[in-house]
Amino acid sequence: MENKVTRNLYMIPYALWIIFFVIAPILLVVYYSFLDIEGNFSLVNYQNFFTSTYLQMTLSSFWYAFLITAISLLVAYPTALFLTRTKHKQLWLLLIIVPSWINLLLKAYAFIGIFGTYGAANNFLEFLGIGSQQILFTDFSFVFVSVYIFIPFMILPIFNALESLNPTLLDAANDLGASKWTTFRRVVFPLTIDGVKSGCQVVFIPALSLFMLTRLIAGNRVITLGTAIEQHFLVTQDWGMGSTIAVFLIIIMFVIISLTGIRKRGA
Amino acid sequence: MSRKSSPFANLFLFIIFFVLYAPIFYLIFYSFNSGGTMSGFEGFTLDWYKELFSDTRLLIIVLNTVVIALLSALISTIIGVFGAIGIREMKRKRNQNSILGLNNVLIVSPDVIIGASFLILFTMAGIQLGFYSVLLSHIAFSIPIVVLMVLPKLMEMSPSLIDAAHDLGASRWNVLTKVILPYITPGIFAGFFMALTYSLDDFAVTFFVTGNGFSTLSVEIYSLARQGISLNINALSALIFLVTVVLVIVYYYISRRAGNQGMGGMRR
Repeated sequence: MENKVTRNLYMIPYALWIIFFVIAPILLVVYYSFLDIEGNFSLVNYQNFFTSTYLQMTLSSFWYAFLITAISLLVAYPTALFLTRTKHKQLWLLLIIVPSWINLLLKAYAFIGIFGTYGAANNFLEFLGIGSQQILFTDFSFVFVSVYIFIPFMILPIFNALESLNPTLLDAANDLGASKWTTFRRVVFPLTIDGVKSGCQVVFIPALSLFMLTRLIAGNRVITLGTAIEQHFLVTQDWGMGSTIAVFLIIIMFVIISLTGIRKRGA
Repeated sequence: MSRKSSPFANLFLFIIFFVLYAPIFYLIFYSFNSGGTMSGFEGFTLDWYKELFSDTRLLIIVLNTVVIALLSALISTIIGVFGAIGIREMKRKRNQNSILGLNNVLIVSPDVIIGASFLILFTMAGIQLGFYSVLLSHIAFSIPIVVLMVLPKLMEMSPSLIDAAHDLGASRWNVLTKVILPYITPGIFAGFFMALTYSLDDFAVTFFVTGNGFSTLSVEIYSLARQGISLNINALSALIFLVTVVLVIVYYYISRRAGNQGMGGMRR
């Protein structure tokens, strides 16, 4: 009896948090998605969403997020693999994580300088004899900077998955005559797929909703779902439409989480 | 995975580390440029640092950011720790899982959605946008990470420890302060640090709920960067990098110490 009362006392602030900051915001977003710009109840936002403008935007947003996730994975997997083979691997891993603690905006700002007309990237191209190019405000710069920002978040779960791999399995595969590549394809990769999945999850969802990079680095050339939401909420003040896009983003988010959901096998 | 590293692997890692750190050092390098741009180093100067320290507006923003980060980390750690204790004491596994599901919503939600929905929330509730709305949002998105950091420690704690304390006549308050809290201290510290970095690093949520009068560092850098390059930002980022490195070292030692503690450490 006493146990129950104190437990409830512990839980009061936390329960209030769940009600006001988890459940209420989602309900409010859903509610607003049914309001048109004058605040009347209507389905006009949903009709608008299924026009070609918004569908195209959703598709291109998906495409960029996919590209960013795929490239991050291609770079992060070998990095994680090689990291597990170094001495002092925990220290190296920490050094991989440190840049992710530097403010995102500062990193984006650094790339404005590096990719600028007279920046380091163009100096290097000049040096190679290619001559300077427009790098900032292109798709390339957008994808590059996004991958740069997300890479630590992809490396971490893969590294952890590789670390929990039983090394005797590799010896076993080796003894049974598997080549290095076969061992990787048939043993290492399947056993670390959970790390890959959670890495993809933590990169793909934020990549869909990036908005400040699209402005600073892509110069508004790329419009993601996140950019559109920001635009509707803070520029055109059409909260209804912004909420509608947010509702779809939330749905997409749940689909992705259930697709990449990690079911612990064994214990 | 205890195979020897090949030259190719080392080269690959070298390139990765180079690319990860080059932009940061690029920023810091040009903070000493007297030329005023981020290209063509003309001469060494500390003018940008002087300008930074005489820019009271920017210093106030830095102060705001730190105050918000410390307050939100502190409050969210307190709420999160008690939330985690409450979750642990739940009898049914099903209830635990549904609460944890709700807990994780804000962790997986994109920042834009958190920001937009909080903006609606504050407007509906009539809370004026500014210091308090930013503080409340930072507390809100830091709580779930604290819970996730503390809960595993609580779960690995043997229930017989608490029973033993009760049997020996400890009051509930004593059980909490003398048994539970010391045991989960490493988790609490980890949660506090994560909350701190979440808050310092946040841009998107703050951008939505900040209103006109109040600004944090991220939001300020965003508006400065949209206007182009000014080297005080470089000077500022050099200082932030230093602070980050110090924080990392502190964190590294805390987690190392936590790892060595008999009771609170990793016991399998």
